[in-house]
Formats: sequence, structure tokens, C-alpha cells
Amino acid sequence: MTQLALHPSRHDAPALETPVLQAPILQARGVALRYPGQSRATIEGFDFALAPGETVSLLGSSGVGKSSLLRVLAGLQAPTEGHVTMNDAPLVGVHPRVAVAFQDPSLLPWLTLEKNVAFGLDFKHQPRQSRAESEARVEMAIREVGLTQSRRKFPAELSGGMAQRTALARCLARKPEILLLDEPFGALDEVTRTEMQHLLLKVVRDFRTAAILITHDIDEALLVSDRILLLGGAPASAIGEWRIDLPKPREDFIAELGAIRVDILSTLRGTAQRRAA
Amino acid sequence: MSMSWPTDSLTRAERRALAQSTSRPTSFNIARPAWTNAALGVGGLLALLVLWWLGTDVLASPDGFIRHFSPTTAIPKLIVLLSGPDLPVHILVSLRRVLVGLGFALLVGVPLGLAIGSFQRLNSATSPAFQFLRMISPLSWMPIAVMVFGVGDDPIYFMLAFAAVWPIVLNTAEGVRRLQPAWLSLASSLAATRWETLWHVILPGVLGHVLTGLRLAIGIVWIVLVPCEMLGVSAGLGYFILDTRDRLAYSELMATVLMIGLLGFLLDAGARALYRLATRSHA
Ligand SMILES: Nc1ncnc2c1ncn2[C@@H]1O[C@H](COP(=O)(O)OP(=O)(O)OP(=O)(O)O)[C@@H](O)[C@H]1O
Ligand SMILES: [Mg+2]
Repeated sequence: MTQLALHPSRHDAPALETPVLQAPILQARGVALRYPGQSRATIEGFDFALAPGETVSLLGSSGVGKSSLLRVLAGLQAPTEGHVTMNDAPLVGVHPRVAVAFQDPSLLPWLTLEKNVAFGLDFKHQPRQSRAESEARVEMAIREVGLTQSRRKFPAELSGGMAQRTALARCLARKPEILLLDEPFGALDEVTRTEMQHLLLKVVRDFRTAAILITHDIDEALLVSDRILLLGGAPASAIGEWRIDLPKPREDFIAELGAIRVDILSTLRGTAQRRAA
Repeated sequence: MSMSWPTDSLTRAERRALAQSTSRPTSFNIARPAWTNAALGVGGLLALLVLWWLGTDVLASPDGFIRHFSPTTAIPKLIVLLSGPDLPVHILVSLRRVLVGLGFALLVGVPLGLAIGSFQRLNSATSPAFQFLRMISPLSWMPIAVMVFGVGDDPIYFMLAFAAVWPIVLNTAEGVRRLQPAWLSLASSLAATRWETLWHVILPGVLGHVLTGLRLAIGIVWIVLVPCEMLGVSAGLGYFILDTRDRLAYSELMATVLMIGLLGFLLDAGARALYRLATRSHA
């Protein structure tokens, strides 16, 4: 619950001092990203380590580079400098056990919910598995998000929340070690969003998956994450980090969370003032 | 809303009538347009038939030449012809040419449309040339096609494919431009290869547009087919029209004209049904 140093997990730092005792599942070292044709980098000097099973939220003002960073961490975009490793192996392309979801559920309208969840399981770069095995995974994933009743429906017949659940099930069918979520609930109404946050908690617990969640909603970050990372500056890097060691769900810890919230907001305000000056 | 409605004092029959009167209008209003449109369409076809009949059977003078073309002779003649040996063969020959022509047009048009829709520069480079080629009547290629492909079916295939390829190319390209970027980023986030993206995302994503292009192509091909078959071949509906004229079999001529319209109508209906089938889930 304390604000740590700016780069708390430098790879040359002694292991004893890092709060992460397990070997990180995903690690970024000195990552910089500069889009071709742009004068300055979007991200610079980003160091990060994700522990197995850990949920980290990325906060930051609009356009700061959160989505760009997530694309780098997903292996969708190669960094211009630095490395991203998964289980100590360099990430080349999207790893089959990294699942990505965006604000747009990206369901294919010509496939049923079930087929959408199964989509991509038989692609060339995915691990080989029998038909029975993938059917079982799809069924399990759909059950996990509570959509078994609707599995033969087409996306046009689904509500926004159901569509986002389907997108989550598509991630789960790959038995992910890491979930990367870019504002997945951003387009949902308040009530549905709360439901989805609880679903995310359940999924992370049931699948023992690590997750990185980009969100605009500080409360969402406070409710679901073990750690909150604030991105800021241009080029962007981590400008603040908060560890939250409270049990989940956290609706009973409003007071504790409130203190962190104030801290995050004042850090945000500080950077805004510095930028204005 | 009906809190003060004195339903308690109504008889059961009255209550049932009330329930029906409040529930019926909604279902009725929803059901009406499709039904009305179909009825209007049938009415229009019947009106056409009546106009034809009036023009040839009623208003024309009893010994006028135009009497040869009346529905009262053409329709029975058509039935006779259809059960005879000749007309079904000519129909099959024509349909085969249509299918082969459309097949070639799809084979060339879909990949070309995919490429043009994917690369803006290719689109800029090709679009004036295509507008130019598109405006040349396929029939004007006839002499050249015969010289290149020889006499027979081949020049007809060429001309039909040439006529049909443009709507397929243009609609496929438009379909590619309308693909949702989210579908493509989904494919890359699932580590899809180019081939998998093409097969599982792009092709199904443009299918509706391809079928729209195909439907337009069917309309064009069916119109171009008959004049194509009037030159240098000895089978097909176009050939048969000239044959009936040469034999002075005017009722057979009119029956064939009717058959051409009927088949075209059915082909279009088939294309529309295919489109609806392929896009039924997108509503
Ligand atoms: N493909 C790209 N090519 C060039 N520049 C890009 C590209 N994608 C993003 N950018 C630029 O990088 C910067 C960061 O964008 P990014 O989408 O990562 O921000 P973000 O923090 O996710 O914003 P938001 O909260 O609005 O989603 C922006 O200035 C954007 O214009
Ligand atoms: Mg973003």
C-alpha cells in the first residue's frame, strides 16, 4: 500500500528486495516503443515483472500509451528497444497461452457463440489437441462465464454483457497463463460492469491465471488488482505503483481502498500540474 | 395504464374480445408489410399478364399478326415445348453456359476483388481501367473472341465471364473495405497465419458482398446470354429464338421469350435466397 520506487523490479536488483518471490511469468526489460514516422517514442524505459497468478491494473490518461504497451506485452508489437520474456523465453509473436481481449468483443457474426469461443483453437500456431479435448475446453469456458443456455445463439442475439462474456470465454478456452485485457468493460453499463468485475475475479481464481487489465476506472482497478501501475509522461513510463494486499472481493474494504484512491488521484494531479507548468 | 378499467363487470366473452382487441393490432401490424408486399407483387405480375392479353387477344384485330404472340397461345405452347425433346435441351445448354461463365467470373473476380480491397494503391491503379473495360459491351468482343477461342462454347464463356466479373470484383473489394478492423486484430491476437486469416475471417466476412455481386452478375449474364447465343452456335435459348423465327413458329417464339423471363426470374430468386441464407445470422 505504499508507493514504491519508480522502477521497483530492475533486473539487477537483488531478488530479496523484490516483493515478488516467485519467478515472474512475464517480464519486460528496458522496453521502448517508437512508431515509425513519429519524432518521439510512445513508451520508454519500461521495466515490469508479472508474477504467476497476479492481477495488475494499468492506469493512465487517455493516449498515454497503455494499449501500445499491452500490444508489446502481448507480443503483437515488437518493441523498438528492450525485451519481453515469458517464462524466461523471448516472446516472438503471440504466445498460445497468452489471451488478449479488447473493449470490442470482436465476435464474428457468422459464427454461433460456441463457434466463436472455439475460434482459433485449431490454428497452426496453437498447441495440437484432439477434437474432443477442444470441445471439452469450449464447453468448460462457456460454463465458466455462465452462457451455456445461449451457446447456439448468434452474436446479433447477445447483449453487450453477454458478448463480452463470450469474448472472455474465448480467452479461457485457451487455458491462458496470462490474460491481457484492454478496457474490456469500458463500453458496459454500471451494473453489467460490476458483474463482469466479479466474473473476472472468479475466472482469475478458478484458472489461476495472471492478468493485466487496462482500465480508465480507478475503482475497478482497486477492486480487482493486486497491484496498480500508473503510466504517465511522454514518452510514457511507470510513474507510480501501489500494491494492494486485501482479500477479494473487496466491497468491505472501502476505507482502505479510499486511501489508495486519494493517493493515486494526487499522483495523477501532480503529473498533470507538472505537464501544465 | 388500465387501472380504472371496470374489467370485473365484464362477461367472459367480453373479456376475451377485449384481450384480443388489445393484443391483435401489434401482431397484425408486424405481419402486414411482408404479406402486403408479396400480394402487391403477385398483383403486379397478374396485371402484366392482363395487359399482355389485352394487347394481343382483345384489342388486336382478329386476323392481326400480333395474335400469334398472345398468352392464350404462348402459355399452352410453352407447356407442350417443355414436355417435348428440344426446349429442355436448349435450357440445359444455356444454364450450363451461365454456370460456367459465372464460375470463371468468380474464380477471377473474388481474388481480384480481395487484392483491390486490400491495397489502396492497386485500387487507384485499376479503377479507371476497370471503368473503361466495364463500359465495353461484352458483345462487341464477339468477333475477337471467336477468332481467339474458335467457334463454339468457348467464346460464349469468355463473353459471359467478361460481363459478370465486374460486379463481383467491385463488390468483393467493397466487402474487404467494410471488414471490421476488430475481426482482423482478433485474428492476429490468435496468432492466425495469413492463410487462416483469409480463410476464417476475410472470406466469410466478404461473403455477403460477394453474393450481392453474384446476384448482379446473374442479372447481367442472363441478359447477355441470349444475344451471345444468336451467333455461331446450334443450341441454347438464343439459338432457339432465331430457329423458331426461321421456322415461322411464332407461338413457339413467344413461348421461348416467356421461358427466358421465367428462368431469369428463378435465377434471381435463387441468388437472393442464397444471400439470405448466408447472412441470416447477421441481422
Ligand atoms: N499503430 C499506431 N501507429 C502510430 N501511432 C500510434 C499507433 N497506435 C497508437 N499510436 C499513438 O500512440 C499513442 C498512444 O496510444 P495508445 O492507444 O497506446 O494510448 P492509450 O493509453 O491506450 O489511450 P486510450 O486510453 O485512449 O485507449 C497515441 O499518441 C497514439 O496516437
Ligand atoms: Mg487504449
